[in-house]
Amino acid sequence: MSECVFAPWDDPNESPLIRFENVTKRFGDFIAIDDVSLDIYEREFFALLGPSGCGKTTLMRMLAGFEEPTTGRIDLAGQDIAHVPPNRRAVNMMFQSYALFPHLSVWENIAFGLRREKRAQGEIAARVDEMLRLTRLEKFARRKPHQISGGQRQRVALARALAKAPKLLLLDEPLGALDKKLRQDTQFELMDIQEKTGTTFVIVTHDQEEAMTVASRIAVMDEGRIIQVATPDVIYEAPASTYVADFIGDVNLIAGTARLSGDGRYDITWSANQTPLVIESQSDLTDGQSCHIAIRPEKVAIHAERPSADNAVQGKVLDIAYLGNLSTYHVQLPTGEVLKAQTANTRRISRRSFSWEDTVWVSWTATAGVLLSQ
Amino acid sequence: MRKLVVIAVPYAWLLALFLVPFGIVLKIALSDIALAIPPYTPTFDDGLWSMVQQLDFENFVFLTEDDLYWKAYLSSLLIASVSTVLTLMVGYPVAYGIARAPEDWRPLLMMLIILPFWSSFLIRVYAWVGILSSEGYLNQVLVGLGFIDAPLTILNTNTAVYIGIVYTYLPFMVLPIYAALDRLDGSLIEAAEDLGCSRTVAFWLVTIPLSRNGIIAGCFLVFIPALGEFVIPSLLGGSGTLMIGKVLFEEFFSNRDWPVASAVAIILLIILIVPIILFQRNQQRQQEAGQ
Repeated sequence: MSECVFAPWDDPNESPLIRFENVTKRFGDFIAIDDVSLDIYEREFFALLGPSGCGKTTLMRMLAGFEEPTTGRIDLAGQDIAHVPPNRRAVNMMFQSYALFPHLSVWENIAFGLRREKRAQGEIAARVDEMLRLTRLEKFARRKPHQISGGQRQRVALARALAKAPKLLLLDEPLGALDKKLRQDTQFELMDIQEKTGTTFVIVTHDQEEAMTVASRIAVMDEGRIIQVATPDVIYEAPASTYVADFIGDVNLIAGTARLSGDGRYDITWSANQTPLVIESQSDLTDGQSCHIAIRPEKVAIHAERPSADNAVQGKVLDIAYLGNLSTYHVQLPTGEVLKAQTANTRRISRRSFSWEDTVWVSWTATAGVLLSQ
Repeated sequence: MRKLVVIAVPYAWLLALFLVPFGIVLKIALSDIALAIPPYTPTFDDGLWSMVQQLDFENFVFLTEDDLYWKAYLSSLLIASVSTVLTLMVGYPVAYGIARAPEDWRPLLMMLIILPFWSSFLIRVYAWVGILSSEGYLNQVLVGLGFIDAPLTILNTNTAVYIGIVYTYLPFMVLPIYAALDRLDGSLIEAAEDLGCSRTVAFWLVTIPLSRNGIIAGCFLVFIPALGEFVIPSLLGGSGTLMIGKVLFEEFFSNRDWPVASAVAIILLIILIVPIILFQRNQQRQQEAGQ
């Protein structure tokens, strides 16, 4: 079974398709990319995730050839492409604005790249038709870009970028212009197409949900540096820092000082008049080191009576965010901190157990949280 | 009711300032020359019916008999076409440069293009006389720098007319092309490069087609007034420069032959109607595409 798992990054014999080696990019005094080293493997669906201005777009534009690194190497299939112009690399990009040529029909847009290669007419026609079928656009081949919907335009942009069968496809916020429902459908379509064509995809997004859904691995970026590269579940369950924990999903962060209490068990003193919190962790912390506990709201339970859990704290319900399927309770602790606890709404709202100002207990197990030293 | 008034205003304007004058000119074109004030016959004083009876196409027939006229029309078409192409060749790079300039600079650069309009057109054309004449600044500089031994004869040739037209109408070429290039999404050029075009090929396949409407608008805005141009050929052109505007002026003021001058003007208008209709259609299509 384990052979079926797609994880070339764990295989030491596998050589990466793309290798960033100590890449730095400066715009004047501004450091857009700060000494980034990164490997991306063939057939991966790799996401660059971060807030705007974190350098993810610059990193992608360097792969496309629109920016050159100030220092460092970028290898594509073993060849340094750092200074190769965009029209000479086997990389295609799907632009955030789609950048469809408004004076050409859908068919001609998709054929544009193939025609530049001086291929035979019949070959071009066959390839374009194949792309139209793949993206379900057969009916719109003769239309101009302004005569089709936003979702269809997105698919034309994808078909055009895939037509030349690039080694690497770059997607710059590909779903940013679509509404939420269409975006979710398109995410699965993208994954499906990626799997069918076997192309390596690198996607840039600021939407963590999108990255989690589509990507095989995610690189979380901040201020030109890569903070963590891992699979979505590791990013979510074992973030490397409070930044990653906070950026991906919702999280409770509790600051305290650590003291080793047993084998891989720590007591975290977080408040002078509260019992220390218990947490299991593989990280190596010295006694008295300041640290954070990160716990996801869905791993925090809420009770009327004191539960017998590893960690239990009393508080008062400050706010309830009702999301339909879920409710998030904001519970204020005596120390003033607010913890979020999430429960599934398995009952009708009229029979909700807790209300505003109720005194409640929140609890979580020793393995629920992550101990972070930075 | 109010809607009707709003629509009526431009039509009333057209009627009073285009259709009525056109009718008068057409009537004069169908009249005969006379030693009188006004210098043509018949007039309204003869009574409406006898006036209409005396009108004929004699002057139009005359235009076909003397080859001066059709040569002047042809020569005007040629000079206007060549000037339009020259203006495009100068104007496109200017517009492209402005559209590519840093955003803070663009208003200033546009201002510099429009600035000549702030001084009189006549004075600016006269200034070219001072520059292009054989003792003019251009020849002084060229001789002074040793590029040429004897001064060039530029003034009073067709070359001077081309220079004058390109100089005068350049803003009409630059403005619509700039407007088209300014709207052009830069990522389209990047997409073309990404799909395998060199910079030059991307320019021909993307930039030029997408600024086509600006190019067409600019060409018409130069071609239409250049065709009937009078001031530039009469000030900068020589005796060999044959343009219909000059012929019209001479018929009217030198020969005082109002009927023939009017007939020349009517034919000029008919020739201009074709490019004007094409221009209108281009503008309309552009507006539809923009919606």
